Amino acid sequence: MLDLTYETPKPKVIAGATGDWELVIGLEVHAQVASKAKLFSGASTQFGAEPNSNVAFVDAAMPGMLPVINEFCVAQAVRTGLGLQAEINLVSAFDRKNYFYPDLPQGYQISQLYHPIVGEGEVLVSMAPGVARKVRIERIHLEQDAGKSIHDMDPHMSFVDLNRTGVALMEIVSRPDIRGPEEAAAYVVKLRQILRYLGTCDGNMQNGNLRADVNVSVCRPGDYEKYQETQDFSHLGTRCEIKNMNSMRFIQQAIEYEARRQIAILEDGGAIDQETRLYDPDKGETRSMRSKEEAHDYRYFPCPDLLPLEIEQAWVDDIEASLPELPDAKLVRFVADYGMTEYDAGVLTADVESAAYFEEVARGRDGKLAANWVINELFGRLKKEDHDITESPVTAAQLGQIIDLISADTISGKIAKDVFEITYTTGRDPEEVVENEGMKQVTDTGAIEAAVDQVIADNPAQVEKAKENPKLAGWFVGQVMKATGGKANPKAVNQLVAQKLGL
Amino acid sequence: MSIDIETARRVAKLARIKVEDDDLPALAGEFNAILGFVEQLNEVDVEGVEPMTSVTPMRLKRREDVVTEGDQADKVLANAPDAREGFFAVPKVVE
Repeated sequence: MLDLTYETPKPKVIAGATGDWELVIGLEVHAQVASKAKLFSGASTQFGAEPNSNVAFVDAAMPGMLPVINEFCVAQAVRTGLGLQAEINLVSAFDRKNYFYPDLPQGYQISQLYHPIVGEGEVLVSMAPGVARKVRIERIHLEQDAGKSIHDMDPHMSFVDLNRTGVALMEIVSRPDIRGPEEAAAYVVKLRQILRYLGTCDGNMQNGNLRADVNVSVCRPGDYEKYQETQDFSHLGTRCEIKNMNSMRFIQQAIEYEARRQIAILEDGGAIDQETRLYDPDKGETRSMRSKEEAHDYRYFPCPDLLPLEIEQAWVDDIEASLPELPDAKLVRFVADYGMTEYDAGVLTADVESAAYFEEVARGRDGKLAANWVINELFGRLKKEDHDITESPVTAAQLGQIIDLISADTISGKIAKDVFEITYTTGRDPEEVVENEGMKQVTDTGAIEAAVDQVIADNPAQVEKAKENPKLAGWFVGQVMKATGGKANPKAVNQLVAQKLGL
Repeated sequence: MSIDIETARRVAKLARIKVEDDDLPALAGEFNAILGFVEQLNEVDVEGVEPMTSVTPMRLKRREDVVTEGDQADKVLANAPDAREGFFAVPKVVE
């Protein structure tokens, strides 16, 4: 494996009236499988379709309809498991989780309680260069999503759309290894990054394609270490589960609020009820979902409509052979091959498209210069217009041309920024822009010399001052650059100014 | 395992089946009869025996990831007691 040496981050500590408290957090992330059709039906998974237009009779739970599993969704779950270095279970099985809700026409969700398809794995969550938390994955199982209820279209009725019903989800369950709100958000970011590299989930949180249930408890310093030693949960506090969050910011706020709520209860001599809670971002607080309590008796049993899911090791091996280079490996390689900092490598490998763009720019060129241009100029410019790398008007080949022009001393770094701006706004090739706009750097010392002489001749008073204060040479350089439209080679100008002023 | 009247009431509620109080004792009795019958199976030693999931040697049938169904909202909604603007309309349920 990769040699990633790192320090473990400190847990978040909240000072209470009776002493310090630490946080213990585990996450269940629901990731929508990137597939065309649903887990057990041939209806489309496309987001934003007309209500109830992506519904097969299986999804609507019409009597007599039977589920048939989508093999691609199974492959995606296996792929995800392999990407998280997890064990793949060649035999898994589906169970029914029974509860009543209008957006669940079957009256049960088909899930995998007893025999999930993916077992234990791990995710390395980087918190700062050289500091990371290893979060253990307990399991990943495949299950059906529910439909969507809309409550604000009518004062007395709820409206139900079954388009999402039956779409394949991967529920990725972590161990309680996360020790603070920032770590929880960083874990989701990392998971999302890996899923997007793998192409198994698009990670779109706004559309609800990635959402998290967060389990939070608090304990006294030292208790967590006892849990890690023994894996005995009795060392930890009672947890509450905050359901269904689809923003990194809300996840952090909800954890912070929930931890303080629990500490206040415990310090008042009370006890925490294990319960499901909902985060209200408007009020910034969590509240109990009492109606869910009774429904918690899900009366799971094996789904009689589905045989166990048996897959072959050779098929798993084929999937493993097709895995792309993953973020951790890519980051280590970028640092080693291009000599960039871990921070820059982290920025460039944040998503697979940025990394691919950078590598195309850097191929056969100075890696550090390429990294600089991609991160500072391109990303900066894209951010200004709220665009992402896939929307870049400057192609990797064009940015490569700019770097070649700088490296060949054809243009200065300053002019290069002007060329970049022209290419960005018009799409014109940098080489053509430099040629036709007369932006080539003047390296002809004769021409530069003439310009230097002219400036010196025009400013005798400044010349006198410069002789006493050599720092004024900079002013002359500026004047020469201005006179040459910024095209003079700055190095040559510096030398000539110093020489002519006798500095 | 013995099912009392309270457990019978709870099971009925979870299954959303309305059972009158007078009928609960009989229901609990039936549950106990069924469970007693099933519990006889516990007497069999199944140590090392793979659970049988099908009487025929079948592999779980699979589908390709292709969209084959949809655009039939009218049919999906045909039996709904109430539907509006393409949605099922149900009494308000809000958390």
